[in-house]
Amino acid sequence: MNNPTFTLDGKTIPFTEGQTIIQAAIAASVYIPHLCFNPEFKAHGSCKLCTVKANGRKTASCTAQPQPDMIVESNIQELNDERRALLQMLFVEGNHFCPSCEMSGQCQLQATAYELNMMSPHFDHFFPDRPLDASHPEYLLDFNRCILCSLCVQASRDVDGKNVFALAGRGINSHLIVNASQLAETGFSGDDKAAHVCPVGVILKKRVGFVVPVGQRKYDLLPISALAKGD
Amino acid sequence: MPVPAKLRVATTSLAGCFGCHMSILDIDERLLALLELIEFDRSPLTDIKHCGPCDIGIIEGGVCNAENVHVLREFRANCKTLIAIGACAINGGLPAQRNHLSVSTILNEVYQTQHGLVGGFIPNDPELPLLLDKVHPIHEVVKIDYFIPGCPPSADAIWKVLTDLLAGKTPELGHGLISYD
Repeated sequence: MNNPTFTLDGKTIPFTEGQTIIQAAIAASVYIPHLCFNPEFKAHGSCKLCTVKANGRKTASCTAQPQPDMIVESNIQELNDERRALLQMLFVEGNHFCPSCEMSGQCQLQATAYELNMMSPHFDHFFPDRPLDASHPEYLLDFNRCILCSLCVQASRDVDGKNVFALAGRGINSHLIVNASQLAETGFSGDDKAAHVCPVGVILKKRVGFVVPVGQRKYDLLPISALAKGD
Repeated sequence: MPVPAKLRVATTSLAGCFGCHMSILDIDERLLALLELIEFDRSPLTDIKHCGPCDIGIIEGGVCNAENVHVLREFRANCKTLIAIGACAINGGLPAQRNHLSVSTILNEVYQTQHGLVGGFIPNDPELPLLLDKVHPIHEVVKIDYFIPGCPPSADAIWKVLTDLLAGKTPELGHGLISYD
């Protein structure tokens, strides 16, 4: 029997029982903008960037499951305008100074903002004060760039079994913490999954920054939409 | 047919490094084609000190002191279309990296307590514009019509925006031209 299908921006997408809309889209190599979703981890629907209209109702495509013959809209102006506004809020809440960031050109936040034509931050900047944690001999934490996707939290807890990272505070005071006064005092290691899941430039390996020249970095070569997984 | 009047363009660098102006010059021989269509008003290229009525104003750099605010307002009052060019104008850029420090801490460090300084003092000449407590992107002070991100934006990005505008189109930068670094 053929798999059931839904349509995504007019394209027929097959899906299997249990798949979410974004999982089926990725399997069909169709890009839906997202940040906190990583195909290797359980989706939690935090960033709302992957919001689509499913039969006219807005829902996070990383958590919603498709139904047979469902009509899903994603790449439409209404949603892209809202996605751009979400990105602009993320940019002004942190300190995203791309020219000095080792992840520039390989950053999902930046590449997604390019994809959605974010030409300005639009809002007033918060310029928060977020000191670095450079205590660990191999890794650096630059909290200025954290978008609270919590992928490192999930990776450390569910894969590494270490619980090195957590989100503390609520609302605008939410922030990333480690389970000691600084990273060097935790069980964190460069071999951890958590060391390799940050979609922006918070968890950085030392002494390897800027090794890829401008023009040859991941998203210099192809826009993020050309890589359906978005990473 | 009468020759259409050239568009008047003014440019300035506020809290920037002139790198964006270098990138404007980097459009190379296309400058000659551009000069058929535009003429410069106030700009580091002309050394005209104040901006008259213009069609397009191009601002590099954010605002870090009182003079920057005055210049920015002069541009907004005189330019029909105002463009923010470069990271500093758009999000504060490098100068804004001082924003988590107080102005007094910075002035003390730079002019008085820095290692190796002897007999330093904080400049206080009335000619010097006073620093703002934070460096701000220019869209936080006046309305900006278009933005060209980049540190600096490439000459091709600048060329694309200017030629789109001259053609009466909304400027658009696709992959490869839109860049924040």
